[in-house]
Amino acid sequence: MSLAAPLLEFRDLCFERNDAPLFEGLAGEVRAGDILQVTGANGAGKTTLLRVLTTALSPAAGALYWRRQPLPRARTRYLAELAFLGHAAGFKLGLSPRENLRWLGGLFPQRGGAADAALGALGLAEWADVPCARLSAGMLRRAALARLPLSGAALWILDEPLTAIDQPGIELVEQLFHEHRRAGGAIIFSSHQQLALPGMKHLALAA
Amino acid sequence: MHSLPEPIAALPGLGAGFMALLRRDLLLAWRRRGEVANPLLFFVMTTALIPLAVGPEPALLAQLAPGMVWIMALLGTLLAADALFREDYLDGSLEYLVLSPQPLWLLVLARVIAHWLVTGVPITLLAPLLAALLALPGAGVPMLIAGLALGTLAFCLLGAVGGALTVALGGGNVLRPLLVLPLYVPVLIFGTAAVARAAGGGEGAGPLALLGAVTALALAVSPLAAAAALRVGIDG
Repeated sequence: MSLAAPLLEFRDLCFERNDAPLFEGLAGEVRAGDILQVTGANGAGKTTLLRVLTTALSPAAGALYWRRQPLPRARTRYLAELAFLGHAAGFKLGLSPRENLRWLGGLFPQRGGAADAALGALGLAEWADVPCARLSAGMLRRAALARLPLSGAALWILDEPLTAIDQPGIELVEQLFHEHRRAGGAIIFSSHQQLALPGMKHLALAA
Repeated sequence: MHSLPEPIAALPGLGAGFMALLRRDLLLAWRRRGEVANPLLFFVMTTALIPLAVGPEPALLAQLAPGMVWIMALLGTLLAADALFREDYLDGSLEYLVLSPQPLWLLVLARVIAHWLVTGVPITLLAPLLAALLALPGAGVPMLIAGLALGTLAFCLLGAVGGALTVALGGGNVLRPLLVLPLYVPVLIFGTAAVARAAGGGEGAGPLALLGAVTALALAVSPLAAAAALRVGIDG
């Protein structure tokens, strides 16, 4: 995998809310191995920016490129290589983590790795078959993160992935991030916490 | 350590996404079958109350029967359709559907079919029982079953468009029934006409064919319309 080619590139992004710009003129890129942390005060537009980067929201102005191809034209290809995790885990509470990973496997490319291993790596081996309604907020968050290494996606976009996760859990997430970047993937995430990973990039949004 | 496929992982087939959602929704419905049975119970109870309220004369009941059963079926599916996308929106799983590389209309169709299997099909199967309670002449019963099978599918499809349009609005809003009810009217008219004609000894095939046409149109248009509405609905 060439280090020279950017995976995701964004230029002059502008997003308006109630006719006032929430952010404007944002530019940046992530390449294989990059981890980009988006920071900013509450209400600065972190979630909005991440959702614009997933193409779920359309920017008022600006351009996005995936592997040098303009979005949203290359959208299907982009979505096949993107794993997004939002504020809500997106898991059905009536189903177990394993059952949730199974239906997600029908919607997104999966590398066929064992769900057991992914859940086990996040400390959920004993909870794989328990309905998600009985998991704590932190455990549910861990279960949602277990999808990432299974997905085989090149780019992870994660909105506050560390919410409700305890200190040992944060170390597991760091391990997950580290392995993903070593495999040539890239990560964009928002968080108020500092991760102990070298060479991270930062994007600060002004309130 | 995992390695990434270059540059694109194998996409699951179109059928895989459809089947995964269908299985998921049926499993979820099975896990909370009490809740799913609520509209059915409503359907049976209200219909059983009609002879008590209007009196037991068979001639009067037989005249009311087609319309009553159809109205109950309509209200039963209307109540259930409210949760179709709202829950997915609240728990975040709707985002996975919208950001899937699979066509959204196909995923919407899977959800609608699952919804029909747990609401429309049981209502259709219960209809002969209710027809007997309302003294509907036997000649009308096959037409009632055929009409409800088609009609409840149309209700689910059209309800999905309304549910998608109002997904980001507060729960229990009155907008959705107002949006959807005018679309339900042709289904109701053709459905009741087919049963009434057959029960009266006439030919019900004409209205049934029109009902089939409405359902076919809804099948072709609703998933696309609901998918477009969902994209707008979560945008902001």
